[in-house]
Amino acid sequence: MMEGSLNMVGYGLAAIGPGVGIGLIFAAYINGVARQPEARSVLQGIAILGFALAEALAIIGIGLAFAL
Amino acid sequence: MLVAESSEFHSPGPADFEFPALFGEGTFFTKPMLVIVLGTIAVGAFFYFAARRATLVPGKLQFAAESFYGFVRNQVAMDAIGREGIKYVPYLVTLFAFLVALNISGIIPILQFPATSKIAIPLFLAVISWIIFNYVGIRRQGFGGYFKNMMFPPGIPKALYPLLAPLEFLSTVVFRPATLTLRLTFNMFAGHLVLLLTILGGEHLLTETQGLVGYAAGSVSLLFSIVLTFFEGFIQLLQAYVFTLLSAIYIGGALTHEH
Repeated sequence: MMEGSLNMVGYGLAAIGPGVGIGLIFAAYINGVARQPEARSVLQGIAILGFALAEALAIIGIGLAFAL
Repeated sequence: MLVAESSEFHSPGPADFEFPALFGEGTFFTKPMLVIVLGTIAVGAFFYFAARRATLVPGKLQFAAESFYGFVRNQVAMDAIGREGIKYVPYLVTLFAFLVALNISGIIPILQFPATSKIAIPLFLAVISWIIFNYVGIRRQGFGGYFKNMMFPPGIPKALYPLLAPLEFLSTVVFRPATLTLRLTFNMFAGHLVLLLTILGGEHLLTETQGLVGYAAGSVSLLFSIVLTFFEGFIQLLQAYVFTLLSAIYIGGALTHEH
């Protein structure tokens, strides 16, 4: 027998969106560095900032999955 | 071959973040508090001993502390705020060091609990950052000017202002501290949960089940937990950096007129 909360299935579905978003952010970062390796230090901060903002959605999702 | 369960496995959950008092019933001192105290002592001792006999040619400890300070000054404060950022370096270095100490305690043997997964600590630090960037913005632009620049940024069509103004206000006053808090808390929470699941689950599969499938799955789970521990260490450093970087960006945004 397995016991668990259906919330976790919902969280799994909700995490698809931020997952795709984070993938796109790092794809763009890698593309940028490949085209212009000297821009790496500038792009790194922006990429991590975008990652943190997109990731916040997934993190709020896991918070709500436990809270609700 | 089926995995025969001989005893029930209790999957880790929010209950694993509640600790009994360390010194018996009736006392209030719990493990997260111990982690905070140890982290504070570690950070204080690190910088005290590094700066006590500062020399022109730095020793190993002084070099470590200076690189730490230099990283925050150049990569965070100068990049996000600009030349004025030098004034906020002491706060940012303290914040970053404190967060690194409390986050990394999640993968230090024996402690193995990230104190920042308790929401009180990120919330408190986010409120300090919130007070600083609002205070700095109001002092720089005046009370009316700060909120005017925040809610009615120039260069936007006038028709959009009814939509934009409440969103910008909510974003700055409510969502910024809220997302700072939640991002750090639940990153540490989820990371600790994943480590608990792979380690306790692997141990359960190895000791409580019979059959080849149980042993194989348990071994894979335990091996994977080692990889995940290192990954978690990386996430903990990254999240401390993100918290510091976002604080610096908010301060920088409050200092400049054009949003």
